[in-house]
Amino acid sequence: MANPTLKNDRGGFSFLAGFVANFRRDLLVAARHKSELANPLVFFLIAITLIPLGVSPEKSVLALLAPGIVWVMALLATLLSLDGLFRSDYDDGSLEQMLISPQSLYFAVMAKVLVHWLVSGLPVTLLAPVLALMLSLPAEGFWALFTSLLLGTASMSLIGAVGAALTVSLRKGGLLLSLIVMPLYIPVLIFGASAVQSAVQGGAIGMQLAILGAFLALAIVLAPIAAMGALRISANG
Amino acid sequence: MTDLLTPLLELHDLSCERDERCLFTGLNIRFAAGDLVQIGGPNGAGKTTLLRAIAGISQDYEGEIRYSGQPLATARWEFVRDSLYLGHLAGIKKALSPAENLSWYLAQTGDSSDINQALTAVGLYGYEYTPCYQLSAGQLRRVALARLYLSQARIWILDEPFTAIDKPGVAQLEALIARQVTQGGLVILTSHQDLTLPQLRMINLQGYQPTASAFEPGGATANG
Repeated sequence: MANPTLKNDRGGFSFLAGFVANFRRDLLVAARHKSELANPLVFFLIAITLIPLGVSPEKSVLALLAPGIVWVMALLATLLSLDGLFRSDYDDGSLEQMLISPQSLYFAVMAKVLVHWLVSGLPVTLLAPVLALMLSLPAEGFWALFTSLLLGTASMSLIGAVGAALTVSLRKGGLLLSLIVMPLYIPVLIFGASAVQSAVQGGAIGMQLAILGAFLALAIVLAPIAAMGALRISANG
Repeated sequence: MTDLLTPLLELHDLSCERDERCLFTGLNIRFAAGDLVQIGGPNGAGKTTLLRAIAGISQDYEGEIRYSGQPLATARWEFVRDSLYLGHLAGIKKALSPAENLSWYLAQTGDSSDINQALTAVGLYGYEYTPCYQLSAGQLRRVALARLYLSQARIWILDEPFTAIDKPGVAQLEALIARQVTQGGLVILTSHQDLTLPQLRMINLQGYQPTASAFEPGGATANG
């Protein structure tokens, strides 16, 4: 007869450990794929550099367009980097292990999104004021641009995770991902660009930033739950 | 808590469909602690689908899976804590070293075991900090198999564990499986190799195909 030495009541279980492990692993992987890391940032840089060449080097024209252009490019840079969010985990089987891990999938998704934001949204946000200078954005707009992008890119990473989770099992999910995510990005874009415009014209930006903050708060709570559900569906296929 | 009559794992009237094609239907199997079960059947019979359903990855099935007498819906956390699934995909990040991969895996399961000891056991001593993309296919598989040494789970669900493993490795893995079974674990595996383990019980999925259901359910030696 079997000797019952294997038991299920093992103590010492920490939910934070799962978050930390996923966070550390994704950062390590990101640090070892440096070329992929630079992709959204290089896109952002090139696209914005081309605007004065293609539209007009006129200072007054550029200043007028700058808030919208920087925001649109930041949005596209985020979109460009979304597809890889769960792709490699799906391809190598880590996703299966995450789904059947006793650790909370919510925190695993949170950790992955946080790393995604740290390597795509945050660098874009930090670079944006420099590029805005190139587009001769008036000095009053810098602070608004930085804060609105800080809040906005974080929301976009979270919302994008839902789309990425839904399309991860599709071989060519890139187009579908854009179609799913784009409508959800539009409110973020509208309020983000409007905050910068308002700051340039000397108006208050409290309302726009408050709405962006509300988007972010909502996304932090709801987006990982939606992404979890989407990942489970994707794994079924 | 768990009396001896309650099977560790129980499949109740399980059926799976894939692309509107029924893979198997009416699967009733009781797995007790100490069982070693090989799921058989030709390619495409639904072996992997069944294992993924049992492991809890795919919820795309009809019927019920019970763990210690409780449906998986209510005892899900206890079940995933007590089970280990090793699939076709190893769950190994190529950019990371074996030690880094396993420490992530350990944090996922919430266990604490000695990673170096496990890597030594699978013959990867000296490769702890080599990036996995430099390892051979067999070595990569061994990194995944090291999880068996780290795990304290009772239920092992192994999909083709012998793929890409050399002969001594196969013998060692068989010994490990035998040890798990004698310690009161449950091992469910698929393999196209002939296993030499004496405790082995075969379940052939062909006996559960809808076309064959008119005949007596062949291979349904489901003794608990």
